[in-house]
Amino acid sequence: MPNGRLAVMIDKDIIIEKLKEVKDPELPLVSVIDMGIITGIDLDEKGNVKVVMTPTFAGCPAIEYMKAEIKKKLDELEINSVEVEVNFNVQWNSNMISENGRKLLKDSGFALPARHTGLVQIEMLQKIECPFCGKKNTRLMSAFGATQCRAVHYCDDCMQMFEQIKPV
Amino acid sequence: MNLNPETLSAVKNLIYSTADDHLVLGHRNSEWTGLGPILEEDIAFSSMAQDKLGQALALYQLLNKLGERDPDTIAFTRKENEFRCCHLTEYPIGDYGFSLMRHFLFDEAALLRFDMLSNSGFTELSHIAKKFRGEIKYHVMHAEEWIKQLGNGNEESNRRIQIMFDTVYPLAHGIFEPLENENILIENKIYEGENELEQRWRVRIGKIVKDANIILNETEPKDKHYGGRRGMHTEYLKPLLLEMTEVFSIDPNAEW
Repeated sequence: MPNGRLAVMIDKDIIIEKLKEVKDPELPLVSVIDMGIITGIDLDEKGNVKVVMTPTFAGCPAIEYMKAEIKKKLDELEINSVEVEVNFNVQWNSNMISENGRKLLKDSGFALPARHTGLVQIEMLQKIECPFCGKKNTRLMSAFGATQCRAVHYCDDCMQMFEQIKPV
Repeated sequence: MNLNPETLSAVKNLIYSTADDHLVLGHRNSEWTGLGPILEEDIAFSSMAQDKLGQALALYQLLNKLGERDPDTIAFTRKENEFRCCHLTEYPIGDYGFSLMRHFLFDEAALLRFDMLSNSGFTELSHIAKKFRGEIKYHVMHAEEWIKQLGNGNEESNRRIQIMFDTVYPLAHGIFEPLENENILIENKIYEGENELEQRWRVRIGKIVKDANIILNETEPKDKHYGGRRGMHTEYLKPLLLEMTEVFSIDPNAEW
């Protein structure tokens, strides 16, 4: 589409807004922007867009799906081409989940990963706050849950199992 | 980093060994899906399998960037003697104690390996290694928890975990079989080498088994289970590959 005029009207903010419509299929309230997995957006004057994405886990089965969804959504914009590259140049960690993302996760009943300075300590998985009753009388049941990014805990106060987004 | 042909070949060798270990052990771990002794362990082994396959894929993708064939072709069409995995990863799952001990001894080494590689002068490898060590940390956490619990449990659990340690520890030395031309990697600050890795692993394992009340006996020569890095494998790899590639062999374009 050799239409320079339209391409100029597209800027990164519009792309980011559009990417907010692409959700993580394993956490369907949270967008790829809120998960913090979009690590680069390049837009040239001809309207070619390149999006760089980094996986939460190397074996995340949702990567191909999200890649396709990003292409599909951005194709709705007046742009020339879309390329999505997945690489590990920036390594995802749970600190990269946005404030909005944390709020959405909390509202969905997940316990949140503690923010950390780069190294995850075993203590960060112990006595975490129960998302149901707010108390910390909880135990880690398993660091492996329904998806790679979740751990399973049990609250000894309200006697509920709950899931935590793992600190990574 | 521009690699000359000799260095490139040594780097590929390192990546093939590491990736094949993860693919094959990932496949073995997945055999616990549906069979784990308790639900949490079933899920743990299945999740670790998923991580390992993802890690193998990322490494095969890097090989592809370095001029090798695409990941599916690498994973599903090579012959047994083209694989570079160590013997430890090939053995059948055995009873749960065997799988648990293998998971412990292998993942401790994997964490240390990726720790080392996160400082690699070959940037692309260091990026991947930094990612993987965060994932494998959870595997190690899981393994150590069980080893300590069973080692310090009752007489029977200690006796059985000791038998498994005595069985698997000699096998685990095959992880550290020196790689062809690894001196090039050491000289170029790409990788510190299998010997260095083994030293660090021994210190780490020694400390944990002591805490777990397990006795460490060095009985066998450490090269007894070498061969995997040179394409010589146990009788168990071939049937594993036949099973793993069954769908691909019937229809290379199948999607699943």
